[in-house]
Order: sequence, then structure tokens, then C-alpha cells
Amino acid sequence: MEIKDADKKRLLEDLVLSSPPHIKDTQSVPLVMWLVVLSLMPATIFSCYLYGLYVALVIVTSIISAIVSEIIMQYLLKRPITVNDGSAVITGLLLAMNLPPHVPLWIPAIGSAFAIIIVKQLFGGLGYNIFNPALAGRAFLLASWPVEMTTLWHRFPNGYVIAQNPIFNAAMPQQLIDSISGATPLGALKEAPKLLQELSLQAQPLYDFLFSNAMIKSLFIGNIGGCIGETSAILLLLGALLLLWKKVITWHIPLSYIATVAACMGIYYYFTGVPNLHYAILFHVLSGGLILGAFFMATDMVTSPVTKTGMIIFGIGCGILASIIRLWGGYPEGVSYSILIMNGITPLIDKLTRPKVFGA
Amino acid sequence: MIVHSFHGGIHPPDNKHFTNRIPFKYLSIPQKSFIPLQQHIGKPATPVVEAGQLVEEGQLIGQANGLISANVHATVPGKVVEIAEYHTPYSEHGLCVVIESDGSFNTSGKVRQKNDFLSLDKEALIEKVQSAGIVGLGGAAFPTAVKLNPPANRTIDTLIINGSECEPYLTVDDMLMQTHPEEIIEGIQIAMKILGINKAYLGIEKNKPLAIKALQTAVANVKTHEIVIIPLNKRYPQGAEKQLIYTITKREVPSGGLPMDVHVVVQNVGTIYAIREAVLFDKPLIERYITVTGKIVRKPGNYKVRFGMRVSDILEECGGLVENPSKIIMGGPMCGLALNHMDIPVVKGTSGILFLAKNETKVTPFRSCIRCGRCVSVCPMNLIPCDLGNAAEKQRYDIAEKLHPFDCIMCGSCSYICPSKRPLSHFIKVVQTTLSAKR
Repeated sequence: MEIKDADKKRLLEDLVLSSPPHIKDTQSVPLVMWLVVLSLMPATIFSCYLYGLYVALVIVTSIISAIVSEIIMQYLLKRPITVNDGSAVITGLLLAMNLPPHVPLWIPAIGSAFAIIIVKQLFGGLGYNIFNPALAGRAFLLASWPVEMTTLWHRFPNGYVIAQNPIFNAAMPQQLIDSISGATPLGALKEAPKLLQELSLQAQPLYDFLFSNAMIKSLFIGNIGGCIGETSAILLLLGALLLLWKKVITWHIPLSYIATVAACMGIYYYFTGVPNLHYAILFHVLSGGLILGAFFMATDMVTSPVTKTGMIIFGIGCGILASIIRLWGGYPEGVSYSILIMNGITPLIDKLTRPKVFGA
Repeated sequence: MIVHSFHGGIHPPDNKHFTNRIPFKYLSIPQKSFIPLQQHIGKPATPVVEAGQLVEEGQLIGQANGLISANVHATVPGKVVEIAEYHTPYSEHGLCVVIESDGSFNTSGKVRQKNDFLSLDKEALIEKVQSAGIVGLGGAAFPTAVKLNPPANRTIDTLIINGSECEPYLTVDDMLMQTHPEEIIEGIQIAMKILGINKAYLGIEKNKPLAIKALQTAVANVKTHEIVIIPLNKRYPQGAEKQLIYTITKREVPSGGLPMDVHVVVQNVGTIYAIREAVLFDKPLIERYITVTGKIVRKPGNYKVRFGMRVSDILEECGGLVENPSKIIMGGPMCGLALNHMDIPVVKGTSGILFLAKNETKVTPFRSCIRCGRCVSVCPMNLIPCDLGNAAEKQRYDIAEKLHPFDCIMCGSCSYICPSKRPLSHFIKVVQTTLSAKR
């Protein structure tokens, strides 16, 4: 069979020229981003069920604000509109997950807009931002509207934030019970001891209540008050498993982060002499935003180191900072600030952990 | 023996099933052969024939020009039509000897006298390899005689034969090992005699069980030398020289250095086969096995091809394509060269021709780096490809220079894995060329 010149020409019509390699992995940025969104769905849906459908409204507002901000900024900055890559959706979703369930809707709207406009696009867009946009957005909201950001927790039918009844020794005054039941578990741990001291009461019953099997169970299942995304440890871990399985994230940051928090808390409570040491450690691992932060926000690729050693250092740094803030800082929770601070020194970590070149 | 592993690497789908059970076939001789005078790294050969001259099969038509060069022989008998510039894999204007086939094949298919290589000394053996124009058939096409004759201040204690064939799709080395195991072992013994050593390793990726079995059987009869067959884990780029040496001997070729710096010589199995033919039968290198493959090729397979046969002629012999190709690649999909037309001849370093359909090779615009670090974890040389890519994109060659761009082996693993589809190895190539030009 002779191939004619005309045939040859026709054969080459669809030809593409590019440098090697000519095959590529199937994972792409949009796929990675949408996988993250998917992995957050179990916890998100559970939160809507637990705290009511208003939560869905908060989440949708946050996401829409992120998307709109992204489109407007990319249009103004004459950048290609890349909103379909899913990164703005993640920012909106993660920001919402870091808010109390009953915030007014302008909070997520402003927070997401700040995250996308200032923290992401003004720094150059996806890949160039130094700080995790969702966390920086949360920090901005917390600094600007502290009351909205720290009091609008969900109250369960019994009137408490901590879902189970905090039944105490009869000696506990109503004042104390109110203070505990109106705060998240971490908030209770932070505020109650001061109050107890003022009232010159024993702190023991409080620790017995917080560091208990029942409390750990609640935290694990998610039957507890807190931010939208801080509810169910097990559902967050389910999503994290998906990301680990699909190799979107690696174990390095989450494991080193959580292990460091556990170690710090273990050392602290060992020396302060809490009876149920293992419950104290588990309490700190499962409460607040640690699981959410360690698996979904500290692992943000853009703002974390690129080397495996760097990732472990990053995780350890986050763990130490989060523990210090929780134990001695002004806020009950330190996860978001720990990650933001470590984001800031990521370039330094990357520089210091450059691997030895093969043969060098 | 413990087989170590190298850092990084990727697992692309190997797609060898198209051809890894198809025995070799000869392709018929094309009317016209376009034989480039440069089919190797180094200087092009100097033509020693003239237009109008009749040449015999295997006659010298290009004389090696200097040490790093290689002889070129007439691959078909016939008349030299012209010596002119044509598009070759190495150059858009590569000097080619064009031969119109005619006359008789006076060497092909005839039983030949077998030389006794044991009676020949090192110099005589190297001379045979050199005059046969043998170059590395794995793809790099470095003159083999030079590699087998390291300077006196470099001692060699180990020969490594590369049978890993880690490039997806390609199956020539696999088929050669399946069908010619005794010949390969004999070739290894010749190379060991040239190098004056007693130890050789043959590394084969585990996805070639038939080749491993065949060679293990063949090597069982060898008593005089220590030749060890090493099954390697399937991982790209296992066949890269430095990674192969490290995997088998745990020696790291120093940055900017050569295998001989760690007392090792590496040869591809195809080259070993060619060395044997040259030494035992004085046969010049005029043909090789190639894999013609791809989902859209009507008759994919492993074929014996004479150098100078053009891709279009080969495709005709393979029954054409079922749909228009999106890419025509000379070599494998990871390191091969994309062709822009099919009038390009097969040369000594061509291990295969791959036709990819539209859905198999998407060229999408690349996005900005999201710093996921996947390129860092797959880089077999421990580089930071993402930073190199970003520096190259902004033309900050001062930054790129500090990131060891010249240690890159161009394996393409970083580009393969990048979720932003950034052409990282291309960026690094740009850095290398720009910095070299400045020096």
C-alpha cells in the first residue's frame, strides 16, 4: 500500500509537537481541588444535620462570596478566570468550617472576600499566596468581630454547647455550670479553671468531666459544640483517608502535627498531675480544629513545604505552637494561628531542607 | 543479593502488552534509504563515497571524524543517489547518504565464519567494535569503543548490562533477551574480556519474566565468569545510567562525573548484541531492532530495520494507522522525540516509533505551580524541579543556576507527575541551554 503525498499530509493534520515526556499522570489541579471538596463533604453534611440547615446557608454564602471575589479579581487583574479549578470553592468551604454555626451571613461573605481578594489574588493568585487564605480570612474576622466569632455557638436542646449534661458535684455553683455549658470544650478548659480559682473551688471535677470517656466519645462522633467543621473527628478522618488514598496529601504533616500536640499535652498534663492522662491527650487531639487543621489546612500545598523533611518540621512546628497557644495563650484554640505562623516560615524551611543532590 | 532502590521515580502505565509477545520480523528494504552521517553523539562522520557510486551492503560510507564519532556503513546495497541535507533525528539539516537499493545482498542470510574472540587481544577487539560503528543502542548513541576503553587512570571492576527497558511501550530489549539469551551472554563475555574484568550484572525489570527466565537459563552454563541476573523493581527511570548503577552497586556517580568514576561501565543489551556480531562476524552496525507500537497502529510489533529507512516507509509496512496520530514519537513516551513529519529516517539510537492517539497525549495549557512537591518526591536526582521551573519561567537564570540544573538527567518524571501540567523538564532544559550558552 503506497501512502500518497496527500494522504501523508492528511495523516499529519492532528499532529502536536511538544517536548517530552509525551504522557502525563491523570491527576490535575482541578481534580486535586475537587477531591479535597469531596473529602470535606461527610463532615459538612453532618454539621448541617447537627446544627441545622442555617449552617448550609453559611457555607453557601461563604463559597459564593469566594467564587465571586475570585472572578472579579481575576477580571480586574486581567488574569485568566480559573474559578473552575475548585480552589476558591475550597477556600470558601474551609472558611465556613472555621466559623461558629450561627454567625450572621455577612461574616462569611466578608471573610471569604478578604481571603480571596487580599490573601490570595493580591499575592498573585493560586500558587503564590504565602498564607492559607481561609485561615487568614478567619484570623481577620476574629480580630475584627470577636464577639460574633466567639459566642454564636450552637446550643443543644438542653441549652448547653457541650451536648451532654455537665452534671457536677452539687458543690458547683450555677455560675460555673453556665460558663462551661456556654462554651466549646476547649473554651471550657480555658475559662473554667480561672473561675474555679476565683471561687476557690477544686478543679478536679472539671477535669473529671472534660477528660472522660464520655467526652472523648462525643468528640469522636461529633456530638459537640464548636465551629462548623470541628464537629465529627471520625467523618473528618474518613475524608482524610480519601485524600491519603488518592495521594492528594501525604501523612507527613498531619501525623507530625497531631503527634506533636499529643506529646506536648502528654508532657504538660503528666507534670500537672491529671489523673486520666490518656483522656487528656485524646481530648486535645480530638477537640477544636486539630483534625480539620492537620489534615485539610496545614496540608495546603501552596503554603506548606515541598520536601518531606520540611513537611515534618512544619508539622512539628504547628504542633508546638498550637499546644503553647492552647495551654498558655489568650485563645482557647491555637490551630489556625499555628498554621498561619508556620506558613510564614515555609520558604525558610524549604531552603533549609533542600535534599542533597544525587552524587553531590 | 540485596537489590537497593533509587530515590524517587514514577509508575506510568507501561503499555508493553501491545508488542511484548510478538517475535521479531524483518521489514522489507525501502526503495530509498536516507542514511545520516550523524547517528551518534559527537562529530558527524566524514563521507567517503560520492554520488553515483555503487556501494555494497555494509560498505563504509562515513569515516569516524575524531575520537568521539562513529563509522557509518551502507545499510543496503545500491547506488548512492546523492549526499544531501535532510531532516534527521539529530538535525533539521543533517547530511545524509541517499542510497537507492539495487544489486544483491551479498552478506545477508549467508553463513559466516565465526571468529574466536578468546584468541584476540583487547586492542583487536576494540578495533572491531570501533570499525563496526557501534554506538549505545539504548538511545544515547555514545560511541561504544570509547566507553569500553576508559583512560588508564580509571580502573573498572564492574560491567552493568542495562536490560531494564523502563520506558513504557518499548519491548525491543525484552524481545531480544527472550529470543537471544545465549548470544547476549556471549556478548557480555566479550565485553568483559575487553574490560579485563570478571564481574557483570544484568539488570532486568520484573515486568519481563520471560526475559529473566531465558537469561537465567543461559547464564547457568557459564562457569568462567561471574554474571549475575538482577530482577529490578518496575519503576521509571530504573534504566537511567546513574540510577541503575546505584540500584545494583550502591555507588553514586559523582555530580558531573561518569560511571567510570565509580569503576563501572554500563552497556545496553542491544549494544552487547551488536558488539558480539561485530567481534564474531565482523558485521558492521547496519540494522537494529525497533518497536513500532501504539493503540492506533494496525500491525504493531518488534521489527528488524536497516538504518536510513524512513518512518513513512516503516508505517506502510506496519499496515498504517486506524486514525490520525496526535503524536509520532521516535523513542519512548518519556524521553522520545516528537516528529513533525514522517520523512525522518531511523538511526542507530532509535529504539522505537510510537504513534499516540488524541486521547492518549493531551497537551493542555499549564497552570501555575501549586507547590505540591510531587516533582520533588519523584526526582531521582534529588533536585527541586518546581523551583527550577519557576525560575526558568521568570527567566531568573541566576536563581536557577544555584539549583543544580546540570544534574538533571532529563528523565521527565517531574513533568509527568505535575498536576499543573507544567513542562518542568523542558524548563530545566531551557535553563541548561541558556546557562551553557553564557559560559
